Amino acid sequence: MLLHVDAEDFGFRISVMSGKISPMEVAHVAMLARLELTDQEAELYAEQLSSVLDHASDIESLDLGDTPPTAHPLGMVNVVRQDLPRSSLTSESVLRCAPDQAENMFSVPPVLGAD
Amino acid sequence: MVDSETNQSPSAPSFLPEGWEIVCGLEVHTELKTRTKLFCGCLNEFGSYPNTNICPVCLGLPGALPVLNGEALEIAARIGLALNATVQASIFHRKNYFYPDMPKDFQISQYDIPLNADGYLILPSGVRIGIVRAHMEEDTGKITHLGGSSGRIHGAERALIDYNRSGVPLVEIVSAPDIASPDEARQYVTELRAILIAIGASDGKMEEGSLRVDANVSVRPIGESEFRTRCEIKNLNSLRSLVRAITYEAQRQVEVYTAAGEVLQQTRHWDEDRSITVALRTKEEAEDYRYFPEPDLVPLEPTESWIGGLRESLPELPRQRRLRLCDLVGLDSANDQIETAILPELYGFVDAALNAGVDPKLVVARASNELASLLPIPDGYELEWFSDLCRMEMERKLSSTQAKAVLQESVKSLTPPAVVRDRLGITQLDDDELMIQIKSIVEENSDEWTRLKAGEMQLKGFFIGQIMKKTGGKADGKIAAKMLAVLLSED
Amino acid sequence: MGKSASEIAELVASGRRSAVEFAEEALDAIERSNGILNAFLSVNRDLTLEAAGRIDAMVAAGEKVGRLAGVPVALKDNMCQIGFDTTCASKILNGWSPPYSATVVQKMIAEGAVTVGKTNLDEFAMGSSTENSAFGPTRNPIDLERVPGGSSGGSAAAVAASIVPLALGSDTGGSIRQPASLTGVVGVKPTYGVVSRYGLVAFASSLDQIGPFSRTVGDSALALEVISGWDNMDSTSYDGAKFSLVSQQGVPMDGVRIGIVKEFMDGCDEEVLAAVRAAAEQLSKAGAKVDEVSIPETKLGLSAYYIIAPAEASSNLARFDGVRFGLRVEGSDIAETNVKTRTAGFGDEVKRRIMLGTYALSSGYYDAYYGKAQQVKTMIKRGFERAYRDFDALISPVSPTTAFRFGERASNPLAMYLSDVCTIPSNLAGHPAMSVPFSADSSGLPIGIQVLAPALGEELMFRIAFSIERSSGGGGFGSLDPALEEVMTGGR
Ligand SMILES: [Mg+2]
Ligand SMILES: [Zn+2]
Repeated sequence: MLLHVDAEDFGFRISVMSGKISPMEVAHVAMLARLELTDQEAELYAEQLSSVLDHASDIESLDLGDTPPTAHPLGMVNVVRQDLPRSSLTSESVLRCAPDQAENMFSVPPVLGAD
Repeated sequence: MVDSETNQSPSAPSFLPEGWEIVCGLEVHTELKTRTKLFCGCLNEFGSYPNTNICPVCLGLPGALPVLNGEALEIAARIGLALNATVQASIFHRKNYFYPDMPKDFQISQYDIPLNADGYLILPSGVRIGIVRAHMEEDTGKITHLGGSSGRIHGAERALIDYNRSGVPLVEIVSAPDIASPDEARQYVTELRAILIAIGASDGKMEEGSLRVDANVSVRPIGESEFRTRCEIKNLNSLRSLVRAITYEAQRQVEVYTAAGEVLQQTRHWDEDRSITVALRTKEEAEDYRYFPEPDLVPLEPTESWIGGLRESLPELPRQRRLRLCDLVGLDSANDQIETAILPELYGFVDAALNAGVDPKLVVARASNELASLLPIPDGYELEWFSDLCRMEMERKLSSTQAKAVLQESVKSLTPPAVVRDRLGITQLDDDELMIQIKSIVEENSDEWTRLKAGEMQLKGFFIGQIMKKTGGKADGKIAAKMLAVLLSED
Repeated sequence: MGKSASEIAELVASGRRSAVEFAEEALDAIERSNGILNAFLSVNRDLTLEAAGRIDAMVAAGEKVGRLAGVPVALKDNMCQIGFDTTCASKILNGWSPPYSATVVQKMIAEGAVTVGKTNLDEFAMGSSTENSAFGPTRNPIDLERVPGGSSGGSAAAVAASIVPLALGSDTGGSIRQPASLTGVVGVKPTYGVVSRYGLVAFASSLDQIGPFSRTVGDSALALEVISGWDNMDSTSYDGAKFSLVSQQGVPMDGVRIGIVKEFMDGCDEEVLAAVRAAAEQLSKAGAKVDEVSIPETKLGLSAYYIIAPAEASSNLARFDGVRFGLRVEGSDIAETNVKTRTAGFGDEVKRRIMLGTYALSSGYYDAYYGKAQQVKTMIKRGFERAYRDFDALISPVSPTTAFRFGERASNPLAMYLSDVCTIPSNLAGHPAMSVPFSADSSGLPIGIQVLAPALGEELMFRIAFSIERSSGGGGFGSLDPALEEVMTGGR
């Protein structure tokens, strides 16, 4: 546990940083999210995310039993549409926004691990 | 499945060394036959020009939202009901991973609470295969790998993506690991495919990818109760590949164990050309799909009456067809002819002919022998033409030999059988004329006739042959035999 | 300048003034102010004048024009409109021109509104100060040294500076109400599902709602009547609501029971608290019965919000991968291209939230974080429902403080997050809430009062808002920063 003194907001405030998330975990999460972080960024994020997660520990420790999660606040269910065609976009209007295209398709660098 | 007396599994395949058995479960993805995609109004159509059936939703453009296709939901529930599953309240989840053929970089799928759960399918052999779940999800786009020197994956220079297939409705049907041999796997997929086609869920075209099979295969010594490490085999796009891949993979795993090695949990690719399974280059990252409930869709809570209505609307399923045909032709269990006659490609003709009142035995025979040899039956060959043909034969307007010829020509030229018969100049002798011909043959061969009457029964064949010769094949062999018998008893 | 939307619509529809005139006025004001205010990210002058011209032609032809005929409106730049770039104030979308328009945009246009430009925001609506824009912060028109709040800071500033009478924003955790309060305008977050989200670039799908900004309660009422309603392109849009909001003006408050949410008063500046008490007193005078109410569950709102919103955002923002639109920084393979594009394209706060959300959803943590937070959502909803047994509506501060200075909270994300404590619970419950300008602090900075109502309680919420507006004397609070005043009126 690191004691982290932060004087920047609301005067002096002492927040306990529990190190909930380590720089290594940050690096793993960054990989899942397809982001690249410098070591410094990883450390900064580890600290910042930990302090948010620390704050979230008030709910983490709650025993909520079988309280159901809320899906739609108005309790809507079974929303479906009819199986009727709607006009699609022209490929021109879509490919115009594409970073790269060829043969009316979106062109990207090679895909590894494809099957 | 293990018979404890002999310690030999009844279904342990013979190609494995004694004492080993296969544990196999199949994941079958079927594209649903809807007009539009799962969450948008774009056409669900195979073979369109690239990127023409796309919109903000199925292209995952920022700000677009999914709205569930009610028809896809109904079809999915019908699949569940046809597989004896419980259709239940469910929600959609997001399955998050990056892949360029998946526009949102997550797939909308069903996770812990699928629409259909706990069903089963009974194979023609009577073996019951559990269905763990059958859930709804969206299909991905299609990647074409361009360039590169060593094959379609390695060293590709560029990948091109077509999103026409993105968002096409899928149902993923996950079997329990109850399949014990490649042949059972083949039976399972065949039966499942027949069910899907029967209920109008899918066109079942494996070659177009509307039915895709992944096999989870492991092996273990007979008697062991724990499952061993399994490999998932992808790219099984025909029944032949399925059988060969499972066979290969099971043998491979047994060899690994026999050599005191360890089978690694892998996704493997069936290489049709080399007839082997190969491990796919594994992604570096551990799979962590970060499932969570799709907040852009609301929960599904099917009502009893809705489910009841769907249940009532289910057509006759392959298993019922099989039982019905057995019953009609007087068999205890289905033979190969029955199995062929209930194939999705043929059963429509069989059903129409039966409804037209044709003799079931004749229908099954013509469908499973002659019609089956003409598969695929071209579009344009009408259902009632087959009924008409069978009826003409039943009414002895055609001999069986003629019927076969007419059927073949009728399918080939897409012409009604009556027209074909006239065109070929085929006329069937009527019974009176046939009797006259037979009597003249008897007179011409009085010696043989006397011997036949004296009990030399093998001479029957001689007379039938003479009749056929004299009538130029126009006579119906069976009728001729009956008439001979009548003459014999008369004198 | 400074006319309300309903006034403009009436003038245009009756042919006394032209839509083109109002559109040009708005475009000129954008041009003059944007150098110091930076409220707008883009305009499309030709398209705007063409649209205005069409309205004028309809009026000339005697055709029926809509309820927003010729009204210049601004759109937060996370809503799609054909012909305008949509950037979400992110480099990753720089130059993206959507091939479709959001449902709200279609609805506004169908009623004759003329869109004049896209307003600045915190990148992907993630922030409370509009400092997180990749294209520079928006300044508060009341005090240029201070933030306008966020994330819909550009829309709030555009209305507060009287550039447009009406703007749309989006509110995920307070992103309409807080900037409305900090700039002295009206801002509304409707009941979840009342306004279609189709065409709104999603931040947190289960919490996002689009709503209006205006200088008068009446204009917001009018705008919400126009943009609300069922949409077959949004599965979560509600099919039963047809509100009569404009008509709530002047409806007596007699017997209306209003609770002051005790938990939302904790930690607020004294001047903010004084404003809420003064507003309560005015409501009492108008005939309402006001009392304090405690909803302890709301204390958990912040934690639940900062799990749910980043989690959903991490998934919603996955599609910004360099494949189909927007920025691409190409690598040797597709995975590397994804990484390079996202690393270069997203700003710090967005990355921080993607990381937080990815972590909260990753295996082993789902139950502890996202799952729990979803249950807390239910608890907060129940807490509100309990309060609504005794009260018809609730009031509270919007923001614990008035507008703060640039950079003041930028270095500590948690401190910034804490400023959303009064607004977040309404998003979690899916209930409507709005900010009504009421007074100013001793430095002349505006203070808004939050009015909260039960699900689909928009009519009562507006009735109370009208009453607060009337008792405050109306007309917004705080006068424009002199430097801004000068450029706005310069040359006139
Ligand atoms: Mg799947
Ligand atoms: Zn589409």
